[in-house]
Amino acid sequence: MSRLEARDGERIDRSQPVSFTFQGAAVEAFEGDTIGSALYAAGRRTFSRSFKYHRPRGLQCCIGHCANCQMNVNGTPNVRVCATPVSSGDIVKGQNFVGSLDFDLMQATDKFAGPFTPPGFYYKTFIRPRKLWPLYEKFLRNAAGLGVLDRKGKREARVDVENRHVEVLVIGGGRSGLEAAITHAAEGRQVTVVDEGPEAGGALLSDPAGKGVAADLRARAQAAGVEVIAPAIAIGIFEYGFVPVAVGNLLLKFRAERIVVAAGVIEQPLVFPGNDLIGVMLPEAAKRLVEWWSIKPGERAVVITADDRGLEAAASLRTAGVLVALVIDLRVEQPPNIEARGRRGRLHAVSVNGETVKADLLVMSGSPQPNAKLLAQAGARVVYDASRGIFVPESLPENVEVVGSAAGDVGAPAVPAAVLGHQGDKCFVCFCEDQTPKDLAYAIAEGFDSIELSKRYTTVTMGPCQGRLCSTNAIRSYAKTKGVDENTIGTTTARPPYTPVPMGLVAGYPQEPARRTSLHHRHRDLGARIMWTGAWRRPHSYGADAGVEAQNVHEKVGLIDVSTLGKILVTGPDAGAFLDRVYPNRFSDLKVGRVRYGVITGDAGRIIDDGTVGRLDDETFYVTTSSTGADGIYQWFGWWNAVWFMDVQFANLTGALAAINVAGPASRELMTRLSDDDFSNEAIAYLDARAVTVAGVPALALRIGFVGELGYELHLASPQAVHVWDALLKHGADLGVAPFGLEPQRILRLEKGHVIIGQDTDSESNLHEAAMPWLVKNDKEFEWVGKWATQQVADRGLRNMLVGFESPSGAMPVEGGQVVVAGRSAGRITSVRHSRELDKVIGLAVVPVALAVDGGRFDVQVDGRAVGMIVRLGHFYDPEGARLRS
Amino acid sequence: MSLLVNCPNCGPREIPELRCAGESTSRPKTTPTVRELNTYVYFRRNEWGVQKEWWFCRSCEDWFLAERDTYSNDVKRTWHPEPAA
Repeated sequence: MSRLEARDGERIDRSQPVSFTFQGAAVEAFEGDTIGSALYAAGRRTFSRSFKYHRPRGLQCCIGHCANCQMNVNGTPNVRVCATPVSSGDIVKGQNFVGSLDFDLMQATDKFAGPFTPPGFYYKTFIRPRKLWPLYEKFLRNAAGLGVLDRKGKREARVDVENRHVEVLVIGGGRSGLEAAITHAAEGRQVTVVDEGPEAGGALLSDPAGKGVAADLRARAQAAGVEVIAPAIAIGIFEYGFVPVAVGNLLLKFRAERIVVAAGVIEQPLVFPGNDLIGVMLPEAAKRLVEWWSIKPGERAVVITADDRGLEAAASLRTAGVLVALVIDLRVEQPPNIEARGRRGRLHAVSVNGETVKADLLVMSGSPQPNAKLLAQAGARVVYDASRGIFVPESLPENVEVVGSAAGDVGAPAVPAAVLGHQGDKCFVCFCEDQTPKDLAYAIAEGFDSIELSKRYTTVTMGPCQGRLCSTNAIRSYAKTKGVDENTIGTTTARPPYTPVPMGLVAGYPQEPARRTSLHHRHRDLGARIMWTGAWRRPHSYGADAGVEAQNVHEKVGLIDVSTLGKILVTGPDAGAFLDRVYPNRFSDLKVGRVRYGVITGDAGRIIDDGTVGRLDDETFYVTTSSTGADGIYQWFGWWNAVWFMDVQFANLTGALAAINVAGPASRELMTRLSDDDFSNEAIAYLDARAVTVAGVPALALRIGFVGELGYELHLASPQAVHVWDALLKHGADLGVAPFGLEPQRILRLEKGHVIIGQDTDSESNLHEAAMPWLVKNDKEFEWVGKWATQQVADRGLRNMLVGFESPSGAMPVEGGQVVVAGRSAGRITSVRHSRELDKVIGLAVVPVALAVDGGRFDVQVDGRAVGMIVRLGHFYDPEGARLRS
Repeated sequence: MSLLVNCPNCGPREIPELRCAGESTSRPKTTPTVRELNTYVYFRRNEWGVQKEWWFCRSCEDWFLAERDTYSNDVKRTWHPEPAA
């Protein structure tokens, strides 16, 4: 155990032990530990295997920046355990190895394959012979990538999204961030601070003298009314002050009038042989191990630093009883040759200019880089300051400011050489992707001499650290090799997200909204099978056999919930004239109390929707649309009138009104039992609309016949729908009333050849070729929407036609199946069902116009064989419409 | 796209509360030729810069016009259309 005696200001609560498992073995920790600190305290030093060479890697940053501590936690791969608070019962496993974390068989790639795996190696090598690619691919896929997703894993995390509006959003809750927040708040602004650490305080938290300062600043911020959220990571800065912030499984979508970036610095590694050995770490890592978790990180330490950070780390290490054997301040001298030597991947000694010091800990600190990633994403430029070796943000976007060390306020660090040593082990520029200065030089020699090309070719800066630890060193390496300065090399494009976030958090809406009618729970109680239709949940059928439900409508009486129909009230002196413009046919001449079918087209002549229009009085029309078309048509009407300025209003009553279609020969008897109104053929004829009272509820009855039988479509207030539905079922029991679902409705309407928009038509369908030329009324004075394009179809001549067909052999083609004429694809089946009433397989199909004659023949592939079908024009069932009018 | 658009009725709104229906077009006054109709139905200027567009506000269910810079997403102004005098 490397845990120290209790220390002042430690972040662990020794009275709260927590236990979790690592590779199946129990690990003891304390509340306040991260998984990484607990493992380190328990003696673990190897935390991961590197991407390419499978070199053992240990804690390097302890701040969630580098990729060295990525593990699988509770099934989620690539979790940075150094920054993940430990929870009781966590199941933690290593990843990216064959064998074990401590003895990885894939490490052979480090020993033997090194010289053979320069950048682009497998693009060049595994291309020939072509035949072998499937084999290569299998091997490479296994070797590539890091963690493995659990394919059987459930959708474990529920994510939520919340919108927030603030005047000032401060990103980073260190000293400068909190001070800026307090200042803004004092000036009366509403301020929120987000910080990625466990609490606000930033670098102060790992400084023995700073802990009190941080607590004081937090208290002052709270007193000033500043909201502080931590841990919370801003993942990007977008237009209009939009900053998404990840807080666990919650995404806060901030809109800020002003954004203050106080993101601090990113500590930088130095480039020398063995700089990736276990025990080589950044100053903050050493400080956190000591100050946060009271761990003695090692026995003998060497510090090589470009600024005070290394010295501060050395001070912390000394208080923990670590012997600091050697401190090299690069501001004083830059030794030409530094080499870290390891045994089994762990630091053993450090050699400086040939002089060897035994050490198991090496704290390295290059020039700390202002954390300008968010700013660069937002459009700021970063400019290299050669005297201090740092990239400083400039030309900030409007409403964005940067304060503190993120602005370049980092003192005067030394500028380390691009490479500090050449003898010995590999030295790494990029730890995530295992790229060395040699690899970069190789890429330059191959012609990939810009940093953006290098990024794509060598993948340097493209690993999990997203360039935090490698960008500066890669640019320095490029500048040195090419003999130009860093500003000429430039930086690679910074892109969101700032840090990896779960896809679920940013991949749109976590919920799939469902609409349910006011009768939904009745359907459930009746045992309906529920299906999706657009946003709606509707009954597919109530029993096992939809055919039986359909027959009940033919023989007795059925009820179907059609509340999903769009219902739009169109009112005003111009209502009739308006409908004349948006429909191909005429409505201004529709008599009060009558109903007419209508199809809506766009100016491209394509069919958009259909429905019925009833005239309630001179200035009031009741328009129904298809179930999925309601909102679209409502918007469509408003859009046209935003240009026309006709005296007409629209009210979308889709949700307010329920609708029940009562259909079948016994429907008149059923209505008469429940209403004092006259339902005789004289009082309410086919295509009449009447205000009636059913079971005491006022309703609009439309006598229409989508399902081909005598029927009344009752539109009534949604809250009363259950009452009416129950009354219909109760009082019709002896008449044989039964509910029917969408599937039987599809059979019934097919028997009549009635089309379903979107099923039998598509985005190419026009009125002529959908066999609805009777709707086209070109003698209207206004150029109705779609008139010209519809006329052009007529002028060019018809090519296809929507027709009915039957299957003489009884073979059932699939919907969407190809219509084959003379061996060529010539159309498609749009609908097909077996009709129990007709004892036939019938359907609708789009066929070449030459075949659109009664008795026309075409083939359809059924189970790989061509099967003949016969075209039938007109309705299959009740061709004269006698039953509808009965 | 993460801009705010100022609905003339409802004030600044997040994009999901609105629907952008694309750049405004001008419908032919008289029967167009095939070419004119195709141009009106299918062709857009696809402006790089400020263009006039139709927007629908799902809150107040009203249509309005906006001038938006398609490069910067800067919405210059929004207004309800007025009938031609």
